[in-house]
Amino acid sequence: MASAAGEVRLIGAWPSPFVLRPRVALNLKGVEYEFLQEKFGEKSELLLRSNPVYKKIPVLLHHDKPVCESMIIVEYVDEVWATTGQAILPADPYERALHRFWAVYVDDKWFPSMFGIAKAETEEAKAESAEQAWAGLKLLEEAFEKLSKGKTFFGGDTIGYVDIALGAYLGWAKVIEQMTGLKLLDEEKTPLLAVWAERFCAHEAVKEVMPETEKLMEFAKMRLGK
Amino acid sequence: MDPPSSLKLLGSWADSHTHRVQLALKLKGLGFEYQEEDVINPSPALLLHNPVYKKVPVLLHNDRPVVESVVILQYIDETWADNPIMPADPFDRALARFWCHFAEDKLAPAVGAVFSSSGEGQKAAVDQVHDNLKLLERELRDGEFKGKRFFGGDKIGLLDIVLGCGSYWLAVFEEVMEVKLVDPGTFPAFHAWLKDFEEQNEVKETIPAIDKLLEYARGIRQMMLSLSNGTSTTAPATAGTTSAINVTVDGSSG
Repeated sequence: MASAAGEVRLIGAWPSPFVLRPRVALNLKGVEYEFLQEKFGEKSELLLRSNPVYKKIPVLLHHDKPVCESMIIVEYVDEVWATTGQAILPADPYERALHRFWAVYVDDKWFPSMFGIAKAETEEAKAESAEQAWAGLKLLEEAFEKLSKGKTFFGGDTIGYVDIALGAYLGWAKVIEQMTGLKLLDEEKTPLLAVWAERFCAHEAVKEVMPETEKLMEFAKMRLGK
Repeated sequence: MDPPSSLKLLGSWADSHTHRVQLALKLKGLGFEYQEEDVINPSPALLLHNPVYKKVPVLLHNDRPVVESVVILQYIDETWADNPIMPADPFDRALARFWCHFAEDKLAPAVGAVFSSSGEGQKAAVDQVHDNLKLLERELRDGEFKGKRFFGGDKIGLLDIVLGCGSYWLAVFEEVMEVKLVDPGTFPAFHAWLKDFEEQNEVKETIPAIDKLLEYARGIRQMMLSLSNGTSTTAPATAGTTSAINVTVDGSSG
């Protein structure tokens, strides 16, 4: 569904997993939008004006009204374009509660452990973070089994809320795997998620906006070098 | 309306996140069974129904658990359509969710820090609280909530519940810590909103009496001070104190 020029704009940056989330949502709904890439190291006036509380990307501007926080934007997109594309959150209130719960878990608990691997300064710290990340993935594997009901995604046949929440981190997960030699999405530990990850990254709505691992690696090295 | 036995809430009497759920259920006119949990010794039911976080509140609806207070509030709103808690318009909904996130992410930790610190650290924490309140004040006075009685409009909504159940601690900490957090002169809109919120019948029925909260807060503060003075450093006590502090302000699971 085409939008009038200027109607939908997204302030973001290509390496950010948080920015990836609304991009996937908008793609799932077939909504055209203008992507406003922020310059690294400096925040635009528009960003500072649109998100004065956190001054962070992503920010969705819909008819110039700002919506902030990645998963809040995803839910907003799902509600505004409810009649087009696929539903991102399921219809049933209990299923919705489960999706929301696991999305919170991914951000509050799982992401810090994954990020902890990257930040770790000793082998011990790295191993500890890795253990936590794997333990988290085991929980997510169980959640996947329950929510997918044998289908491809957490959302069933189509990409859903938890898919977007967790899938957004896959680019960086691969970078961490390459940098550390550790396998995060291990077919032996979490076989369902290992398959899911491939399918998510290959999806129409995802593959153009998921950054390539080599580009992310370069970006990471550049940032670490600073 | 569902019979009371289909709804059961595992909660803790001094936990602001539990209060959120109790208030929402009251606003919806829903009866429920309540089970008081000892945060230091979670019951088997709590461990069973919230294995990930092992914390209150947990809402059981026909024995199926819903966890995380803001998730629970939306579940309640979506399951029982009367007396809506969420706004109708998607932009207003996104706004309510955003400020709920802000309340948990910025405001609550800052308020908690006031309580658990002293000296210079406490001054910094108080400044943080003021910075956060300024943002809310601005939204109430000139921003998206301008001219509204409550964040939800004429009636209490999701954001009122989330901010309100927790904001009573401001008055408690002001007294226990002898700091000024919500000066009506500096935050007139926020102050007015809070007073109005606290006057609502359902809120009065939900929030514990201030003297009980004061006693509770004083007790924890004493424990914390005696721990930092080195009189007692047993691990369980520390964990209990941390849990207790977390329960009061930051909320347990969320």
